[in-house]
Amino acid sequence: MANPIEQFKIKPIIPLEVAGVDVSFTNSAVMMVISVVLITAFLTLSVRSRALVPGRWQSLAEVFYEFIAGMLRDNVGQAGRKYFPFIFSLFMFVLFGNLLGMIPGAFTYTSHVIVTFGMAIVVFTGVTIIGFARHGTHFLRMFFPEGAPIATAVILVPIEVISYFSRPFSLAVRLFANMTVGHIILKVMGGFVVSLGAFYVLPGIVPFAFLGAITVLEFGIALLQAYVFTILSCIYLHDAIHMH
Amino acid sequence: MPQFDPAFFAPQLFWLAVTFITLYILMSKVALPKIGAVLDERQRKIDDNLDKAAQLKAEAEAAIAAYEKALADSRSHAQSVIKEASERLSKQADERTRELTGRLAEQIKAGEVRIAAAKDKALANVREIALDVAGATVARLVGASPDQAGLEAAVAAALKENGQ
Repeated sequence: MANPIEQFKIKPIIPLEVAGVDVSFTNSAVMMVISVVLITAFLTLSVRSRALVPGRWQSLAEVFYEFIAGMLRDNVGQAGRKYFPFIFSLFMFVLFGNLLGMIPGAFTYTSHVIVTFGMAIVVFTGVTIIGFARHGTHFLRMFFPEGAPIATAVILVPIEVISYFSRPFSLAVRLFANMTVGHIILKVMGGFVVSLGAFYVLPGIVPFAFLGAITVLEFGIALLQAYVFTILSCIYLHDAIHMH
Repeated sequence: MPQFDPAFFAPQLFWLAVTFITLYILMSKVALPKIGAVLDERQRKIDDNLDKAAQLKAEAEAAIAAYEKALADSRSHAQSVIKEASERLSKQADERTRELTGRLAEQIKAGEVRIAAAKDKALANVREIALDVAGATVARLVGASPDQAGLEAAVAAALKENGQ
């Protein structure tokens, strides 16, 4: 059976080094570039005709646009308008990373914790900066709920501080773990199909049916995790702009 | 797991930054304004059409109002014409009736004068006949003609007694 961890291996394609730091162009970077190219091509070519009554592709592009715009409007409000390109890019980048990873043999960059953590830390620091820029030191009130008895501060403040600083980790680990585990299960199931089917056809059918079901589930998770990553970013943004 | 190998952190973070910043610029400068423009244009067109529909509706309502006003005007005009005509006619009828009544009264008066004259004449005849009848009756009963003066006095007294 093939090693289920094998698929997460980074393979340098063009070794590069800048100022002593390894910045090799790897299979992970290839998928990121493909994502950016596909997202841009999809969103620009589909609305090229600027049709009043949209076609299939244009409808899809508009659905994405209005979905994220609506999410931002519902969760952040009017003040969130200027962060729309960022939130939209974030959603599309994660979504395409997840979906392209479903192509057999493709690399899934969202299954790497450093990638998801990179995005999560950008969201976290960005949100923190926005919070302090809008509210100054008043933003620290975030860590102590309004109207709570002062005596509870001893317990509440550490809890709030810990929960605030665990945000980037939970955001990063949720996406990374979901994608990694999903792909491991797919790989293991695929291995079962081959190894059991090698003896008889019948015992191979059971894991094959299971593999089919899991594949459908994985597509759902790919969409759901992109959604979760984005909506949590929106909620953090809301906290920074409107406090609690 | 390769995910936790720090050797691959730097190249992935570097290319994440490169690709994500590229994507952000492409989205914010190219793709999203395009889609937004398409959506705005559609919304504007829909709003325009709604405006136009509202305008047409207002025009139609104005036309209906004008039509109803014209109808009411002509109805009241017709009523005033009818009223005027009926007033004129009734005045004419009154006048004619009055004229006719006057003429009839005159005729009646003339008739009464004529009747009175005829009556007087008839009464004079009655006296003479009464004189003749009374003279003849007396001559027959008595066998001799009564004297004229006594006869006339008796007839006058009889006529007076009967209120003539």
